[in-house]
Parts: sequence; structure tokens; C-alpha cells
Amino acid sequence: MAEIKLTIDGKPCTARPGQTILEAAKASGIYIPALCHYEGLKPSGSCRICTVKVNGRPAAACTQPVAEGLVVETATPELEDMRRALVEMLFVEGNHFCPSCEKSGNCELQALAYRFGMLVPRFPYQWSVREIESVSPRLLMEHNRCIQCRRCVEAIRTPDGRRVFAAQERSGRLRIGVDPELAAGLDEDTARKAMAICPVGAILYKEVGFAVPIGRRKYDRSPIGSDIETK
Amino acid sequence: MTNIETIIQRHAGDPTRLLDMLRDVQAARGCVDRVSRAALAKALRMSEADVEGIVSFYHFFSRTPAGRYAVYLNTNVIAWMNGRAAVARAFEREAGVRFGRTAPDGLIGLFQTSCIGMNDQEPSAVINGVVFTRLTEAKVKDIVAGMRAGRPAAELVGELGDGANQHALVRAMVANNIRAAGPVVFGPHEPGRGLRKAVGLTPEAVIAEVKASNLLGRGGAGFPTGLKWDFCRREKGDRHYVVCNADEGEPGTFKDRVILTERPGLLFEGMAVAGYAVGAAEGILYLRAEYAYLKPYLESVLDGLRREGLLGKGAAGKAGFDFDIVIKLGAGAYICGEESALIESAEGKRGEPRDRPPFPVQVGYLNEPTIVNNVETLCCAARIMAEGAAWFKSMGTAKSAGTKLLSVSGDCERPGVYEVAFGLTVRQLLDMAGAPGAAAVQVGGPSGSCIGPDGFKRAICFGDLPTGGSIMIFGPERDLLEVVRGFMEFFVEESCGWCVPCRAGNVLLLRKLEKVLDGKGNARDLEELVAWGAVVKTTSRCGLGQTSANPILTTLANFRGLYEARLRSGADADAVLDFDLAAAMEASCRAAGRPIPSPEAHHG
Repeated sequence: MAEIKLTIDGKPCTARPGQTILEAAKASGIYIPALCHYEGLKPSGSCRICTVKVNGRPAAACTQPVAEGLVVETATPELEDMRRALVEMLFVEGNHFCPSCEKSGNCELQALAYRFGMLVPRFPYQWSVREIESVSPRLLMEHNRCIQCRRCVEAIRTPDGRRVFAAQERSGRLRIGVDPELAAGLDEDTARKAMAICPVGAILYKEVGFAVPIGRRKYDRSPIGSDIETK
Repeated sequence: MTNIETIIQRHAGDPTRLLDMLRDVQAARGCVDRVSRAALAKALRMSEADVEGIVSFYHFFSRTPAGRYAVYLNTNVIAWMNGRAAVARAFEREAGVRFGRTAPDGLIGLFQTSCIGMNDQEPSAVINGVVFTRLTEAKVKDIVAGMRAGRPAAELVGELGDGANQHALVRAMVANNIRAAGPVVFGPHEPGRGLRKAVGLTPEAVIAEVKASNLLGRGGAGFPTGLKWDFCRREKGDRHYVVCNADEGEPGTFKDRVILTERPGLLFEGMAVAGYAVGAAEGILYLRAEYAYLKPYLESVLDGLRREGLLGKGAAGKAGFDFDIVIKLGAGAYICGEESALIESAEGKRGEPRDRPPFPVQVGYLNEPTIVNNVETLCCAARIMAEGAAWFKSMGTAKSAGTKLLSVSGDCERPGVYEVAFGLTVRQLLDMAGAPGAAAVQVGGPSGSCIGPDGFKRAICFGDLPTGGSIMIFGPERDLLEVVRGFMEFFVEESCGWCVPCRAGNVLLLRKLEKVLDGKGNARDLEELVAWGAVVKTTSRCGLGQTSANPILTTLANFRGLYEARLRSGADADAVLDFDLAAAMEASCRAAGRPIPSPEAHHG
């Protein structure tokens, strides 16, 4: 199929038809920060951190398909500030205490905050009251840290397609509910996959924690996105 | 259990009819309890968590008993202006329960609900699907007495409204309040004339005629209708669908309610014209739950059209054109007025918007090419086919052809529906409605803009002040910033929660606004309202979040003085007050069982 030509921050890029702007950027060594996106999963477009301007109009890079001649802006001061604002919104919406979190160093929300140089959120903390739920013999759900990105909703299903995790309620009350019966039936691999796919420390595998000490984890070694940029 | 099984069978175990099933369960059991959710999940091969996700998305479904009489009292600002506070107190007093709860004996539950499309006759409420308008303390007393006597809600309505509101299948106390009947929607129309003319042409010619008429979508966005139909017709698919968006939820609009009451035949004719144009065999009227009281009547109108041969096999005498219409009910969610959320909801799911592209004309209902059109738009289409594009274009302005139905409410002598030619100025409308002293007008509902007298010379049309039709008028005695607070509370409640800026950002905007209204803000807070509003507007996934900051942003632009008057002054005006020490001290002292210090003590 014919290659599609577009520019990202003035840099000429090529893409395949059907690719998203995020994928095309990645292939060209340009990192567009994203949080809810997970390779291989249908993008949910929920975090909006990958918002770019396409021909001057805002769009989520993870859901927007490439097209011939698109002019994409991503690393502008305006967009970078908005991304940081979205990360800050998540920090004040939930209750995120990094030092005591099993996911610290592997957490994508924390890694983005570091990358964006966030010291303190511009927004007041909401101190929302959320619970910790023991959802199955293998899994804990730490709702305080859940950012409702929907990766687990999309990825963790029973062999016959039923959702183990499901979005419930709406507005600020939105929460990811867990089906107790189906969660109890998860095998070890799927339960571990659920924890791994969670970008934060909301889905936790019980029993063993901190097997790799904080300081030697993924984003402790190199900032999020650096693997794409050094290509 | 048999009860649930019967309900599932009644809807053929079809997952796209889950909302219908939930509606029946809610009516039969007063809630959708765990047992029902489990049975539904099993029958539809879903997880229970998923079913709970759908139940909890919609306002009119509950997981705990909502009472044998579930009262949903409208929270729209116009209701407050018309004495809602006293009515709410009367309900609490008479029912012996607070809002948000169900009485221990399970008889009455009291709940708040967003605009129910009765702004011209507030305060209003929906009780067991029956609409009660112009509520007063005395009426509330009678209604609650009737409940205690065990009378069905339908028997408790007062004097019936005008026109078809008196029809045996409606019997609603709702008034039409048609104040200005224009030539397009309310003009004389020979039933079936538009459709018969359409089927005498090729579908392409019908689309060409609609394009030539310059008809733009009446829901507010103003997309060219003919172009939408053309896109849909060109898409390949097993079947095409016509969906009518009768989920008018923008606070302050109620004109579709009046069309559905007085011109349903014209609407259905428009849907058939659209069906013929795009090559659809099925039309869906997605009716908001608040208008469920019209459903039996609308079904009877559909039956009549089938008998007359305007719907069904070989509709309007055109061999091969088999078109029929079904009615699907919503369940209380403003976001379902967004076309892709509406489609999700019509498929029996949570009403969460989809990503675009693909657009509904490409991938719509059941992933087939679908047009979603507003009630008024489809009426216009039928009239354009009957009278011609030139006739339609002779009205309105060069860019905004035809007429527009406006829902006018608030501080005016004649609230109601006005069908006017595009191009009318706000001032002219205020004169028609009897509001010479208006201080502010909210055009296009909360997601539109709030203008002051400086803007009253502006024209209602797509080039200047576009609107889906909601016009709310505020007199000089009103506290406009309280109105803004009400609108922001509405958006916070009605955000579907899918994306971060809309879910979290609107809450932060509301809190910041409240800070200013509480007299704790300074100039920096106003700057932050603008900056944060821009983030929510720019990064939100759908139209809700892209417009939800408008109440704040447009009043900051047009009524900045109102905000500035609330700001702190003096030596510590620059201090950032995001922490309320007195409140924190009080909470701590309560927890520790210590005496609460007086406010002066903090300054020591």
C-alpha cells in the first residue's frame, strides 16, 4: 500500500494507511506521551494526554488515523502544559502516595509526572474517599490509585468474552468494578497480566511484592519515552 | 426469578434491548437488584459487573429500592427561579424522607434529576414516568396524599394540558405553550405529501433537494443534512439506519417535546423520507426517558401511518421501499444526546461516546451506516420535500435557511415555543416573549453562551448565535453566578466520566468557581478559571467536555464585573486560600472530642 506522508513538529514522516498518529510518531522516533494507550489493545482515548493538534485542531494521537499531508504539532509549550495539567488532574483526583506503592518505578503515571517535571499539582487535592477491595484470592483492587484508563476492561476477559473488569457509575463517581465470580476464576497468568497491564498500582497481585527493589525498576533507570526517542 | 425470565423473553433475549429489560425490571421490582442483574448477565452472556455498569450509568435505574413512588424533581436553574426550594421542602415534609433517599416503609423515594424538558412550566417532576408540572406546596400535599392512598401516579395529575396532551393515550398536565407557530414545523401540512413526492424521485434527487434547501442540523451543531445523508447513502453496508435523536437534554430545551406531541406524523414522515434517501429499512426514534409518557401515543400514530400505507411494506406506494420505525427509550443520561453515545445506548450499552472517525454515517448503529438527525431537522426535511427547497430557502438568512424552534423560558411573560425565521435578533425575541428588562440571556443552553444587553442586537442564526433552541432569560434581580454554578453542577453530574479532563476537570472548575462565589478568590483564581477551562475544552473527548466550561468562560467574558465584585481585597488579597483552616480544625476537634475553637482563635 502507498505510504502516507505527514509532518510532526515540522519533521517529515511516513506512515502506513490505518496507523494512528501515535504509531506513526513512534515509528519515526518521536515520543508522544500517552497513558491509557497499550500496544495491542484497542485505544480508549480516555486519558487525553496524547492530545496533539492536527491541522490546528486538537485530537487524541492514539485514536486519530493518519492521512496524507497532515500537519501534526505535539511538543508545543501549550500542549505540553495541557498534558501536565491532565497528569496533575489524575494526581489530585485519586490518592497517589508513591513511596508506599508497589508499582513505584514501574508506574506510568509517576513516570510521566517525572518526565514533565511536576513538583506539585496546580489543582487542589480532592481527597476522594475510595476503598481497597479484595476481589479474588489472587488480586487486590486499590481504587485510590485507579485512573479509569480501561486497559483492564478491554484486555481481561473470560474465554467466552465476558468482561472481568467493567466501568460502573458515571461522572466523578466512575469506578472500575470487578466481577467477583469471574475474578475468582482467573488463572495465575491472567491475574499477573491484569497487574502488569495496569499503568498504576490499582490492580495488585497478592502475596509477593517488591520482588525488585524500588530504585532498580523500569522508570528508575530511564525516563518514560526514552526508548522511543533513542531509536 | 420467573418474573425476570418473563421480562427477558418479552424482549427476545436480545442484548440490544437490555435497556428495555432493565426498565421493566425497575418498574416491576422498584430497582434492579443483584438477583436480577445476575439473571440478566447469565441470559445475555455478560458479566454481572458489566450489567451493573449499565444499570449504574442511567439515572432512572437503581440498584436499591427507589420506592413504590419514585419522585424525580427537576434541578434546572429555571425550576429554582420558580419556587423549587419550597416544593422540595414540601416533598420532604409530606413524604417524611430527604432527597436522595427512599422512605423506610418503601413507599416514596425522592431524587434530583437534570432538566426534564419542562422549563416553561417549572417546577416539575417525573413520578413513576408521569410528568407533574407547575408544582406548588399545595399540589405536593395532594400528590403525596394520593400516594399514601395507593392511587397510581397517572391518577394524581391535575388539570390536563392543551392539544394532544388531552389525548386518551397521553393525559398529561403538560402544556404545549406554542407562542409563535411558523410556516415550516407548525404550518399546514397534508400528511404524506412530502413522502409521496420523495418516493416519486430517485433517492439521489431527494438528497439533492435537501442539499439545495441548505438545511442545517437543528440540534445545534448545524451540519448540512443533505451532505450527511449523501455520506451515509454512499457507504456500503448490509443495512442502513435512520435514527431520530429525541433525547433533547440540553437544559432549557423542550421544543422537541411539543413536536412529538403535536406533529409526530410530520416527524415520522421525515424519518421515512430520510430512510428512502439513504436506503434504510429501519428507523429508530430514540426517545428520552423523561418523555416516556408520550410513547403509547406515538405508537398509535405509527400504527395509523402503517394503516394509511405510509409506513411498512411498499411505503407510500413505492414498491421495494419497506420502511418502518421502532421507538427505543433512554433511561436518563444527558450524554445520550451526543449521537455516538445515543447509538451505544440504543444498542443496550452504557451511553458513552465513541471515537470519531469513524463517524456514524460510516459505522453507526450495529456498526452499520447510520444517520442521526434531530427531531426538528427531520420535520424540516418532510416539509422541504412537500414544498420545495426554494420555498424553504425563502425564509431565514442566506446562510441559515428556514425557521428555528426556540424554547424560551425564565424571566419572561410568555415562556414557550416560538417558531421564528433565522436572523431574528435576541432583542426582537425578548419583545415577543415579554422580557423587556432582561439582564442576561443564555443562548443554546449551558453549553452555549451567556450574553448581556450589549449582545441583544445579535442575530439567532448559524453565522452569529447558533443554538439548538434553548433560550433562558434572566432578569436583573437574578444572581447570574449562581446560575453558572447550577450549570457547572449539571455538567459535573452528566459527564460520562470516560475522559480525564471532563470527569476531573469539570469538578475542579466547579470547586474553583465555588471558591470565588464564597468570597475566597483573587484575580489569580479568575486567570486559572480561564486557563483550566481551556484545558478541558481543548482536550476533552466529546462535545460535552468541549463546551462544559462555556458557562464560566462566557460569563467571564461578558459579565466580568460580577466576578470581580466577589474577589477579596485588602492586604492579603494575593494569598492563596485553598485550605480552610477553620473547617479543618473543626473536623479534627470533633474527631478528638475537644471543644471547637472560635474563629478568632486562629489569628492568635
